[in-house]
Amino acid sequence: MTAIDPTAHLTAEQIEELGRELDAIRDEVIAGRGEKDAAYIRKVISAQRKLELVSRGVLLFSFFPPAWLVGTAGLSVAKIMDNMEIGHNVLHGQWDWMRDPKIHSTTWDWDHVSPADQWKHSHNELHHTYTNVLGKDNDLGYGIMRVDEDQKWHPFHLGQPLWNFINACFFEYGIAAYDLELGKNLNKRRRKDPEFRARAKAVGRKIRKQVLKDYVIHPLLSGPSFLPTLAATFTANLVRNVWTHSVIMCGHFPEGVQVFERRSIKGETRGQWYLRQMMGSANISGSKAMHFMTGNLSHQIEHHLFPDLPSNRYAEVAVKVRALFDKYELEYVTGPLPKQVFSAWRKVFRLSLPNKKPKGTTPAREQELVAA
Amino acid sequence: MTSAALRSRAWKLLEMVTTPLLPSDYLDLVSPLRAGADLRGRIEAVHPETSDAATIVIRPGRGWRGHTAGQYVRIGVDVDGVRLWRAYSVTSPTNRQDGRVTITVKAIPDGKVSNHLVRRAKPGTLIQLDQATGDFVLPEAKPAKVLYLTAGSGITPVMGMLRDTEFNDVVMVHCAPQPQDVIFRNELHDLVADKKLQLTEVHTATDGMLDIARLDELVPDWAERETWACGPAGLLDAAEEHWSEYGMPERLHVERFRPSIVVAGDGGEVTFSVTGKTVDADGATPLLDVGEEAGVLMPSGCRMGICFGCVTPLKAGVVRDLRTGEITEAEPGVLIQTCVSAAAGPCDIER
Repeated sequence: MTAIDPTAHLTAEQIEELGRELDAIRDEVIAGRGEKDAAYIRKVISAQRKLELVSRGVLLFSFFPPAWLVGTAGLSVAKIMDNMEIGHNVLHGQWDWMRDPKIHSTTWDWDHVSPADQWKHSHNELHHTYTNVLGKDNDLGYGIMRVDEDQKWHPFHLGQPLWNFINACFFEYGIAAYDLELGKNLNKRRRKDPEFRARAKAVGRKIRKQVLKDYVIHPLLSGPSFLPTLAATFTANLVRNVWTHSVIMCGHFPEGVQVFERRSIKGETRGQWYLRQMMGSANISGSKAMHFMTGNLSHQIEHHLFPDLPSNRYAEVAVKVRALFDKYELEYVTGPLPKQVFSAWRKVFRLSLPNKKPKGTTPAREQELVAA
Repeated sequence: MTSAALRSRAWKLLEMVTTPLLPSDYLDLVSPLRAGADLRGRIEAVHPETSDAATIVIRPGRGWRGHTAGQYVRIGVDVDGVRLWRAYSVTSPTNRQDGRVTITVKAIPDGKVSNHLVRRAKPGTLIQLDQATGDFVLPEAKPAKVLYLTAGSGITPVMGMLRDTEFNDVVMVHCAPQPQDVIFRNELHDLVADKKLQLTEVHTATDGMLDIARLDELVPDWAERETWACGPAGLLDAAEEHWSEYGMPERLHVERFRPSIVVAGDGGEVTFSVTGKTVDADGATPLLDVGEEAGVLMPSGCRMGICFGCVTPLKAGVVRDLRTGEITEAEPGVLIQTCVSAAAGPCDIER
């Protein structure tokens, strides 16, 4: 919520025209979806499974340091592929059109402690509908951080660089807690709510399965390599968590990304919704390998405009979307990964300290934000 | 512990190793046709029969339980990346030595699956299979005299019967536009040469459609024969009427291929089959709203087509995507986003 609105130069008609142009881009991709795309996701899934299988196999001999290194690296990549290019995108329904019950948003499960249905609710429904709306989109700071000047400062925020670091290391648990809305639900009354208890139980079951697999079964199968395998799986989870956290931080936190007020989305038109996605997201530039390893979330802007288009099409969509940014004189926030990660972390540090009240903030609005 | 219990324990342990996937997800990578896998088949060859028909040789997975002559099988084929299911009669005999089964497919105009199978399917392709089914089959006790009355691709289940079971006295009346359109023509003529079959071809392009009254002239003893008929609805309707008229409907066995003529219109009667509610819907109101207004508990999410929180099985009928105008027809396993789909005709939503 910067004092200067970067979309102020657009008329209502222009915004609707922009919406129509984006719809046309979407329709074109949908009409062209086909065999090549289906072959792509099948190939990625098959490659991920083979890589995981081989890496786990190598880790059976992880008492031998080179085997440990190779196995850990392979498993880390396999876990990243599972979560990013496959899990995130399948759970978005990007591949539902294939009508393959095995690669479908309603049946997919991922190597993650948050159950797929809970994640789909908080991510697909809440975050993607209310992108960057303070008080509606909890992805803004995940409820533990202050990410906008207009949010009221509290001494708790002094520790937010540390909270963010811990969250990065154990990101999948952070997400599970976040999907459960743990903070809100832990008070005495809500804790007993049967619906919350059922969801908490589901998370418990998923955690138990994941932990048993990674930290008990596979190390046991390794016999004399028990401890090295345990260390390898822990490392792979750590690498995956830090990586996904970094990529996701780059999606909405870097400088230049806009945050919106709750009342600004009242009666929002399709064009305005598109515009909010454009101004509320940021990309990562880089090689094909970089796009792949981020699950194409490096094309965060395109993903937020069209969350259900197959991820392998975002790169071609990005060219057209960027042309629209230019045409409508809007800032396309993008940059290489280190730059974007640095920018996001700098914001986390900066806002851990109190700031002067930004211009134009009325006391009434501040109250609203506190309530949010 | 019994061996079955031991196996189930071992399987549970294996599931812990592969969680959140299943052991079968990994086994499918190497052995998709193994026993215990979801039933699949591999296309091994595609033999052209006529200019628009081909026989597909399929090696079924280990779980295939075989078929009875005359039955059909549902297959799931990926066409342009989309899995589509269709039913085809099995044309191979039940005792085929190599265990393969064949279906014979005629490409129908605008038929997505039939054209794909006849013109583009490649050996080596995996397809999904259901077990063979259907009651258009021969009885266990052999009838003395048999009549097969077929037209067009209606010959396919009958060919399965002809190849499977020999009778002393078999007559076939088959209709096709021209001689070159007769599927299996060489094989039929070989059977005639071997005196195993009496065949009458009716070439409708020159002779016109078969008038069922001509049966007296073509097969004078038709009334003494156990008859199996398969072809277009017009022929089958006429046959049923004819056999009833002579008071022997039980001697006629009919196979109707699924009439799949869906005309997408604007709105229609929507049935919520679980709740048992039926309401009229226009072609512009999302089915999610239609259901909620009718008091049906509908899953919902973003209400704008992005979160996939509202997907629901479409059991029957046809819907239109309100964003793209795309039409979706009901098929087993088809789910639709109710928040951006409207009725494009009568439909059944599983809620």
